[in-house]
Amino acid sequence: MLRLANPARFMRLSAVLLPWFAWLAALFIAAGLVLALFIAPPDYQQGEAVRIMYVHVPSAWMASFVYAVMAGASAVGLVWRHPLADIAARAAAPLGAGFTFVCLVTGSLWGEPMWGTWWVWDARLTSVLVLFFLYLGYIALVNAFDEPTRGTRAGAILAIVGIVNLPIIKFSVDWWNTLHQPASVFRLGGPTIAASMLWPLFAMALGFTLLFAALLLLRMRTALVAARARALRLVANQDDGRAVPRAAQARLDPAR
Amino acid sequence: MSAFRRLVARDLRLALRQGGDAATVVAFFVLTVILFPFGVGPEPELLRRIAPGVVWVTALLASLLSLERLFLADYEDGSLEVLALIPLPLEAQVVAKCLAHWLVTGLPLTLLAPLLALLLHLEGAAYPALVAGMALGTPTLSLIGAIGAALTLGARRGGVLLSLLVLPLYVPILIFGVGACEAAATGFAARPHLLLLAALLALALPLAPFAAAAGLRQALE
Repeated sequence: MLRLANPARFMRLSAVLLPWFAWLAALFIAAGLVLALFIAPPDYQQGEAVRIMYVHVPSAWMASFVYAVMAGASAVGLVWRHPLADIAARAAAPLGAGFTFVCLVTGSLWGEPMWGTWWVWDARLTSVLVLFFLYLGYIALVNAFDEPTRGTRAGAILAIVGIVNLPIIKFSVDWWNTLHQPASVFRLGGPTIAASMLWPLFAMALGFTLLFAALLLLRMRTALVAARARALRLVANQDDGRAVPRAAQARLDPAR
Repeated sequence: MSAFRRLVARDLRLALRQGGDAATVVAFFVLTVILFPFGVGPEPELLRRIAPGVVWVTALLASLLSLERLFLADYEDGSLEVLALIPLPLEAQVVAKCLAHWLVTGLPLTLLAPLLALLLHLEGAAYPALVAGMALGTPTLSLIGAIGAALTLGARRGGVLLSLLVLPLYVPILIFGVGACEAAATGFAARPHLLLLAALLALALPLAPFAAAAGLRQALE
């Protein structure tokens, strides 16, 4: 992990990995969508509306997973001052917020035909909404400081504090018996979903994970390139002699 | 321990002498609760129904109001850097500051809550649950708020940001606080809700100071 701290090495490695992740994500999501929309059977109770599940459930998993990645990267950044971990945490936040938003919207669209309501103040829905606000709070906090490192440190502490919400989301359906159904895939005694529905679901989940990995690498590469561009622009300004007085310029560049 | 006591005494003295801070919070609490009968109409039945929620939400916002000042004055005049050097760990100082903050905001809110609930015609059986819930919940509000206050030191638009960070984390306290009142009002036991509020306090008391102290350290870097 510490060998990856070298941004140049990360850029080389991620340049190789990025197309693989991106194309595999496209492949799995395309296959998952075909399986989910045309091949998987309609539900005996819910009919065709059950197909929303193939987007809703993977994005819900990703919402929690991305938060765990963000909090983990924040912890690594705080403990080891790992520069790429800081960049990863900042890059992951908008992606996680996006997945959480998709999860909330598809859940709402699914709730209307099935429960007869767009929204209920159920424990699971509320805790996911809180997760969404945690993402927004993190993004706002990280960008609220003039000095980027301060924002990253403050955001890292917030991300670690917010991790208490993840077990609440996971177990909310067991602790409070409300409208949202309890876990049916990752439970003791195996999944209660038919295999014909489980495989498209797993294909979509894998596709979403790969998509997240690809977008995360892309955002991290962009952040590194942007930082490099900023540094180069500073140097260029110094060469013009615009930003730096002549005496300081001589000190900076003894060859001149 | 004496350093801890002196820090609490200092913060209390500052809060009371600068005047207004505690009084503003209490005035905000009273005025906002009084706005509701004008807003939703004076029918006792309706007010009775929404009383626990109104009192709790308003108490939450009132406690949020004074949070920004928790570390800001010390941060701006540099005393926070001196405090960081004294032998008392920063975590203990956070607890001391939260205690002082609770004494000037949470405690008055707790004592005033039944009076305001009376104006809203709260069910008679719910008063003990309301006061007990506020007594258990408001310290947790101060402790969680301290994390947000420490993290937003030196941020642009710190006050607005603080509410965005802290309000989502307040949700569980609101749920169980109102739950205790509603349970008592409808003849169920308020005890489970109060125990959960106590559990939140027992969790926040040792953990929140660590996060807040970490926030203070990175603000002082």
